[in-house]
Amino acid sequence: MTIDLKTVKHISKLARISVDEEKADKLAGDLNSIFDFIEKLNELKTENVEPLTSIAETTLRFREDKINSQNIREKILKNSPDENKDFFVVPKVVE
Amino acid sequence: MSNITNQTLSELIKNIKSKKISSTEVTKAFVERSEKSKKLNAYITDNFSSAIKKAKNFDEKPNFELKLPGIPIAVKDLFCTNGVKTTAGSKILNNFIPSYESTVTQNILDQGGILMGKLNCDEFAMGSSNETSFFGNVQNPIKENLVPGGSSGGSSSAVAANLTPVTIGTDTGGSIRQPASFTGTVGLKPTYGSCSRYGIVAFASSLDQAGPISKNVKDASILLEVISSFDKKDSTSIEFKRNQYSEELTNNIKGKKIGIPKEYRVEGMPQEIEDLWRKGIEYVKECGAEIIDISLPHTNYALPTYYIVAPAEASSNLARYDGVKYGFRSPGENLIDMYEKTRSEGFGEEVKRRIMIGTYVLSSGYYDAYYLKAQKVRQLIKKDFDEAYTKVDAILTPSTPSSAFKIGEKTNDPVSMYLNDIFTVPVNLAGLPGISIPAGTDQKGYPLGLQIIGKPFDEQTILNIAYSMEEKIGFKNQITDWWI
Repeated sequence: MTIDLKTVKHISKLARISVDEEKADKLAGDLNSIFDFIEKLNELKTENVEPLTSIAETTLRFREDKINSQNIREKILKNSPDENKDFFVVPKVVE
Repeated sequence: MSNITNQTLSELIKNIKSKKISSTEVTKAFVERSEKSKKLNAYITDNFSSAIKKAKNFDEKPNFELKLPGIPIAVKDLFCTNGVKTTAGSKILNNFIPSYESTVTQNILDQGGILMGKLNCDEFAMGSSNETSFFGNVQNPIKENLVPGGSSGGSSSAVAANLTPVTIGTDTGGSIRQPASFTGTVGLKPTYGSCSRYGIVAFASSLDQAGPISKNVKDASILLEVISSFDKKDSTSIEFKRNQYSEELTNNIKGKKIGIPKEYRVEGMPQEIEDLWRKGIEYVKECGAEIIDISLPHTNYALPTYYIVAPAEASSNLARYDGVKYGFRSPGENLIDMYEKTRSEGFGEEVKRRIMIGTYVLSSGYYDAYYLKAQKVRQLIKKDFDEAYTKVDAILTPSTPSSAFKIGEKTNDPVSMYLNDIFTVPVNLAGLPGISIPAGTDQKGYPLGLQIIGKPFDEQTILNIAYSMEEKIGFKNQITDWWI
């Protein structure tokens, strides 16, 4: 299997990571060598194997529906890249 | 007291409890040495002045009942620390100050530990040499321009160089054990579900575990006892009876059955590692353990499985870094443009590579061929271990296929870098506990480690085996302080 530039562009779109032409070329090369290595799994027959989704054989616990965190609004907003003491700010989304 | 920083954790605890030294003296000694060791680049953020203040507070009102009475500890910068910058080695978090504490570091603080600073690591713990950190390479104290391993490279370097008595790292595919092996230190990855993942910057959630790196096995057992706890805040935290690991530590391993998996004799493994392994087998035999040949037939498929599962989980976990609520933001013409630029500029090359792999294997049309396939093979790998553990109590292998390599030697070849984790990755996939202990050196004088893998929740047995081997091996790390 080969990953071409078109596929790299498609993945970068899905991953929301912009990739310029020059880097896309190198990335395609890297991804191909990694996928060549991953292809080894095709040697194994796995039709009748149950997929392992979690190593911790527990069922999710229920908890009471109750607020545990104190009022940390200010602290949380402090990490906001665009300073505003009331909200997170993003570029305009609705025209 | 000139030799404070040479002391092991258990010696420091004893000396503080008997009032031979104060927490302030200890903390100042480690801070001073850390300040003189900037060349190693082990720290990303220091918390030195606050640590000294806390040590003074401890000395004024000491509580010697605690397990880490006034002991200063620097931790990997992947643990969220309340009010102290936490970067995960990434530009995208280079200004992030958590408003909460990870459970594991909280456990350390609750037992009297004092946070000395945050240690360098590969970006988002993705790497085996600490070279993917946004904050630069870390030097291995063994020799200049040698990598300290990764991803917990700042942690292994700091312990080996006596900048902190012990530390905690995280291990997703070998990130505690491999750097421990490269620096002549002890590194333990606990059973999945043993230490809470709450407040640890997530890489691959089904594999990540926190664990100690220390100078010796005893110290690892003390720290494990502190950090291992059931935690409601982590949905995969498991409730089981945790041992008093350090109190129950014994070098009596008579009658223990130890498995030697033939598949770990990989092609191209240096003779000296083969020899070291053989020596390790002799040591445990001398301790009265029984050696049993076993087979883990799917070992060769562990790395390819890992490089589907881990990037898939990472691509999902790292979707949260979008420049909106915290961290680095690159302005864009619109929201999508901002996301794409922020992530492109905020993540380093290796992280982007893994996000792309993960996105691809989870994308429409490829999910079954890659991700589902990998989950099925993961089941086979786990079953190999289940089968082996019907015959043995623990498994002995080398920790890594080579000793530490030079900085820059493997950065251009991702696959050769990935091969570093060939002996450690299966343990994460199966959720088992594993410990690496220094067992000797190669011709160049660089440390080599042996790994002991245990049954789920049976950290005590691998600690005991490691403890008895450590006594036989008598390893002494050769550190010359070349960087001071």
